[in-house]
Amino acid sequence: MFKLPLKLEKRPSDSSTMSLLSPLLAIVLTLICGGILFWLLGHPPLDALYTFFISPLSDLYGWAELGIKVAPLLLCATGLMMCFKAKIWNIGAEGQFIMGGLGGSWAALQFLDAQSSWVLLPILCTGMLSGMAWAAITAFLKTHFKANEILTTIMLNYIAVNALLWAVHGPLKDPQGFNFPESALFVDATLLPLIHEDFRLNISIFFGLFAVVAVWTLMSRTWVGYQIQVLGEDAKAARYAGFKENSLIWFTLLTCGALAGLAGVSEVTGPIGQLIPSISPGYGYTAIIVVFLGRMNPVGLVFASMLLALTYMGGEMVQMEMALPKSLTGLFQGMLLFFLLACDLLISYKVVLNTHVTRQSPSANIQASE
Amino acid sequence: MIKTLLTALMLGATFMAQADDTVKVGFVYVGPTGDAGWTYSHDEARKYVVEQLGDKVETSYVESVAEGADAERVIRNLAAKGHDLIFTTSFGYMNPTLKVAKRFPNVKFEHATGYKQSKNVGTYMARAYQARYLTGLVAGKMTKSNVIGYVASFPIPEVIRGINAFTKGVREVNPDASVKVVWVSTWYDPAKEREAAETLILQNADVLTQHTDSAAVIQTAEAKGKYAIGYHSDMSAYGSTAHLTSAVHDWRPIYLAKTKAVLNDSWTKEDLWYGIKEGVTDIAPLNDAIPADVKAMVLAKKAELKAGTIRVFDGPVKDQSGMIKVKKGASLSDGDLKGFGWYVEGVDGKLPKS
Repeated sequence: MFKLPLKLEKRPSDSSTMSLLSPLLAIVLTLICGGILFWLLGHPPLDALYTFFISPLSDLYGWAELGIKVAPLLLCATGLMMCFKAKIWNIGAEGQFIMGGLGGSWAALQFLDAQSSWVLLPILCTGMLSGMAWAAITAFLKTHFKANEILTTIMLNYIAVNALLWAVHGPLKDPQGFNFPESALFVDATLLPLIHEDFRLNISIFFGLFAVVAVWTLMSRTWVGYQIQVLGEDAKAARYAGFKENSLIWFTLLTCGALAGLAGVSEVTGPIGQLIPSISPGYGYTAIIVVFLGRMNPVGLVFASMLLALTYMGGEMVQMEMALPKSLTGLFQGMLLFFLLACDLLISYKVVLNTHVTRQSPSANIQASE
Repeated sequence: MIKTLLTALMLGATFMAQADDTVKVGFVYVGPTGDAGWTYSHDEARKYVVEQLGDKVETSYVESVAEGADAERVIRNLAAKGHDLIFTTSFGYMNPTLKVAKRFPNVKFEHATGYKQSKNVGTYMARAYQARYLTGLVAGKMTKSNVIGYVASFPIPEVIRGINAFTKGVREVNPDASVKVVWVSTWYDPAKEREAAETLILQNADVLTQHTDSAAVIQTAEAKGKYAIGYHSDMSAYGSTAHLTSAVHDWRPIYLAKTKAVLNDSWTKEDLWYGIKEGVTDIAPLNDAIPADVKAMVLAKKAELKAGTIRVFDGPVKDQSGMIKVKKGASLSDGDLKGFGWYVEGVDGKLPKS
């Protein structure tokens, strides 16, 4: 049988260098394949890549727009990172985001004649509490009935979408809106302050950055954080050590709910400015990619959310400038995740030359291909 | 000094020349251009404008733009990239369009299906309910089970108006038939649309129609040996035996007129609601399975609508409880039509509480 001159060999221990290099390698491979794709579609690859990845950020407006997308991604991803560290597979950031937006919108609509921006405080809190309440359902089902959180969070996402639709077609609909499914426009006092009046970017980006720092400090510097890490590494050890597993589950899920809820309410009181039937282009799901691409590391999360935000904007640019289809956004996100998973293999394995003197190592030895 | 002036003049001159000779038109679509439905109908009209005006016009479009925070960036980027006229083709773009329009007072905006205008934002809509009524006549004649299925998106006035006009057509030719409505809460989701169609078939429906953007309902009807009526564009390609006709939009007259208006600087903000008379709403060619006398009757009604001798909601119109809402000799006003929030007699089921 034909044998490749290369083979994979298990490393004695996982390589931390590769764990950092893997996302970079994945990005490079994505760019190369993307370039080939553009070339096949009849566009000069470098120009197209420039349009996709650089031109959206060629002016301040572009950066501000990037920030608008980074903020919710970062908030959701930070919450998810904490859950994933504890090996609690919360897929429900999307639902928690939507409930946060829904609760926050309800609150904002109670203040339609507000003058002072202080009303933002109760509005944001309502959003966070709504997100927490939604996550609490999952926590309750998990701690009391051992219900699998992957299933419950996914199902709760669908319920959240329908709750949003019900509200926007029903009680929160603008009475002067000709029956269209939109709430009244929020008044200025209930909108998040803009960082600069020429751009749409608002202070929610600081919420995101603050959340990253806070959660990172919590995870690396506190007793609770330590317990969460141990629970994720080895649940049995955590139990032996006397950690209260249920309390940790509640804590991580509620924190994630609060952060995703904050992202949701910041979206409706930020760039959208009213409640509409679709308030999230899937931020809660995209945040899952962000967490893994960012290596569950605070700096990584920031860069990963910027990159994924950029794929959305780049997709719009190539449509406008080169009449290329929208599906490119999905293709790029998919390639990125695919290459990342492929490159992650190199964390535990290394590629070695398959010399003729076959020195079969007794350890697990995987043939790259036959 | 003189040099600067000259440059300024030259720049001004080129700018003027451009403004006079060519126009850049941008389109924002809510679905993919290949959806065979709503977005497809808009993109066909875009291509027509290019065909008609040649190198005087340059168009670009962005498809599948979510009706959320992203819409504003897309619209703004089109405006910033020197488009003179921008069509935003879904209801959810209303407020983002207005927000961008405020910042770009020299760009003209046209928003489909909305109700808010401003100095540089006009609106346009098709009287699709007229074609709905005609297709209802066909459905009422073709049903054997007297159950007609309707896959609907969201209970907004536009959709309710379509259901009512369709039902009115059905009941005019077949007082025993009723229309069952399934709400799918999406504009474009072929899988959901197909499921809804299958549910309706299980409930004995033998003619189906839809107010969603894909052709899934037609394909389902074709596969199950039922009849179907398309919407947005001629969907005959998706079921040659099932497809009876479609209620179609033709945005070409509006897009051409508006682009020309920007070209010769005569654009004004309007609230257009064009129908069969202007050719913006029509029905697709009738399938040969439809008997000749039915075809003749439908075409006669179409001629009457076109001439304005009849209107779709001429009285008597009853609501579901049988109460007379429009007396004989009267008709619903455009204002009533735009805020439709109740079902006419013949629709089976309750309107989702709103």
